[in-house]
Amino acid sequence: MPDLGRAALVTSFLLLSYATVAGAFAAWHGRRRLAESAQNALVAAFAATVVATVVLLVALAQHDFSFTYVANHTSRELPLGYTLTAFWGGQEGSLLLWLLVLCGYSVAAVLTARRAGREVLSWVVPTLGLVGTFFALLLVFVASPFATQVAPADGAGLNPSLQNPYMAIHPPMLYLGYVGLTVPFAFAMGALLARRTDERWIVATRRWTLAAWAFLGVGQLLGAHWAYVEIGWGGYYAWDPVENAALMPWLAATAFLHSVMIQEKRGMLKVWNVLLVTLAFCLSLFGTFLTRSGIIQSIHSFTQSSIGPWFLGFICLITAGSLALIFLRLPLLRSKTRLESLVSREATFLYNNLLLVALALTILWGVVYPLLSEAVTGEAATVGKPYYNFFLHSFGLPLLLLMGIGPLVAWRRASLRALGRTFLWPLAAAVAAGIALLAAGAGSSRIGVIAYTFSVFVLASIVLEFVRGTSARKGLGDVGWPGAFSSLVARNRRRYGGYVVHAAVVLLAIGIAGSSAYQTVREGRLRPGDSMTVAGNRLVFRGFQTSTESNHRAIRANIDVYRGGEYIGRLRPGKNQYFAEGQVSNEVAIRHSVLTGGDLFLIADQVNADGSLDLKALDKPLVNLIWLAGLVFIGGSLITLWPDAREQRRLAERYEGAAVQA
Amino acid sequence: MSAALLIGALLAIASVVLVAAPFLREPAPADDRLLSPDAAQQRRLAHAEERDRALDALKELEFDHRTGKISDDDYRAQVGLLRRRAAETLRSDG
Repeated sequence: MPDLGRAALVTSFLLLSYATVAGAFAAWHGRRRLAESAQNALVAAFAATVVATVVLLVALAQHDFSFTYVANHTSRELPLGYTLTAFWGGQEGSLLLWLLVLCGYSVAAVLTARRAGREVLSWVVPTLGLVGTFFALLLVFVASPFATQVAPADGAGLNPSLQNPYMAIHPPMLYLGYVGLTVPFAFAMGALLARRTDERWIVATRRWTLAAWAFLGVGQLLGAHWAYVEIGWGGYYAWDPVENAALMPWLAATAFLHSVMIQEKRGMLKVWNVLLVTLAFCLSLFGTFLTRSGIIQSIHSFTQSSIGPWFLGFICLITAGSLALIFLRLPLLRSKTRLESLVSREATFLYNNLLLVALALTILWGVVYPLLSEAVTGEAATVGKPYYNFFLHSFGLPLLLLMGIGPLVAWRRASLRALGRTFLWPLAAAVAAGIALLAAGAGSSRIGVIAYTFSVFVLASIVLEFVRGTSARKGLGDVGWPGAFSSLVARNRRRYGGYVVHAAVVLLAIGIAGSSAYQTVREGRLRPGDSMTVAGNRLVFRGFQTSTESNHRAIRANIDVYRGGEYIGRLRPGKNQYFAEGQVSNEVAIRHSVLTGGDLFLIADQVNADGSLDLKALDKPLVNLIWLAGLVFIGGSLITLWPDAREQRRLAERYEGAAVQA
Repeated sequence: MSAALLIGALLAIASVVLVAAPFLREPAPADDRLLSPDAAQQRRLAHAEERDRALDALKELEFDHRTGKISDDDYRAQVGLLRRRAAETLRSDG
């Protein structure tokens, strides 16, 4: 079995190397059959990687501890679900997942993106092949999941934090996002190499970019929820370098998704767009490097490893190569049109881009600075929450406001009189909300009031956009309001799906502001019968209860919750002690309030030998809006991704009519 | 022969066949050039993109006007130019 896995990986490595070298040769010299052969090599590499994946999954399922990877990341008592998800619980398996997803994306993108044009596609194949070759090389020569040993009686088990249902979905989602950003990057580079800087590469990768961005966004929210329910410190985002590593490419991709519309509509920002797509891809590589190199101490860095220098070298190669290529092609990327006014939809997109990139780069500096400082001075500097919060407020709040301003401003240029008319209702709603919040005593957090006021402005502008758009469509034909509404959305899925995503971001902002700026925290040592109060909830500690499960011993504190003197339920925070792993995990208890969207969150900080409990209780208003935002985000993303037959016909007429398909 | 060896051998053979397929299918093709659009096709493509952009800009202006984002004066000032541009691209289409 391990031999088959190794052979499959070597086959994949050879095929990807062939796709790179033969593909580049074919593209350079214009050889059709060789280009097809290189493309087929990508398909064969995908098949070989699938075989390697199946081998590892079978070894995991069979508890074959002669595989070092299986022995290091599972144990006999580990439930089957977690045993299989241990596939991406360690470094070698994660790299294999990267390669699998990359090969799958490569095949699907190359086979479906004919509209990019054959000359562009012929350069896309070696670009995808090069990235794949790098990961296959790591798997074959540096970090093989098929290393073997004399099988021990039992394995070391899986990190307890990873023994959570989210383990099944959060890492694959993130990887689908990280790896998905390779596709627009490869097409952008393909277009530059082929000297075809028209819009075909954008049209061909539009859906791939959106899908990767959506996966990355959903993956991060799932990770936040995982941290919230599992890690047990009462938060959902800690500015952990690895969390930041997923946020940075998402921010860059968000900027790209906006600026690419300017290129499509006005033929502007071509250089900026290829730079953004390169930045997003390099940041996704950097994210994988941070997660897998063990360079930082983080909940995500499960292993120290030797792949760091390889990754750094590859990131430097890709960055330098891409920038050099963009520089060489600058004459082809010049725009004929210019921004007509600083008060226009294009301009708001540009401001949004600058803020998104600034936020991504300041986060990058926060991640890199401690590493550089340690490398230079030998002492690690700490960049903490205040640094990130400062820049989140400085760039994030204006970004939030721009989400409301953008939709209200016309393309090309807008006059002040028209702006006054379109801004009237959202502005009135925001001012009214601000006054109401101050009157209700929310002024304890200045940032909170600003965030809520801006949120109301954005929501009002979104609602207004839908209402005015539907009304305009209704005025065009003999249809009712529902017909006009569905026609409005169907005719411009990207715009209206985008507005739904904006609504999700607003919910996210409201949830984050509520649960951080207005949260209440109480801590205390309780003996059985003692009580403490948090945000109007009286918590009475009734004593401990223990139980033994297949792979851990659980201890739970029984806490009865009363509100206004009325018993509303029992919460059971506690700890699990895992046998094989020899580790202890915090198991928090959460009571959701459907009415307020808030949570009562209990952490058994310390279980004391004298029978007392150190309890930490948090009241987190509106925190559930963050998770609701995730559902709305998925809805908005699906609207934007949904196929549009009218648009497809228009593109077919444009490209096939121009007879550019070779 | 073990199953693993058999699967490995099949994988290797299938990969070689797939990679060689374009050459096996056409051992001596009349034309093995990777066709790219010539200068005329490139111009037509650029023109098609310009035409769509002009029509799209006109549609956006109409929609912005109907939804109140553009005043009547601004609309009148812009619509003529955009219509002329769209008409030019459509004319050169024919």
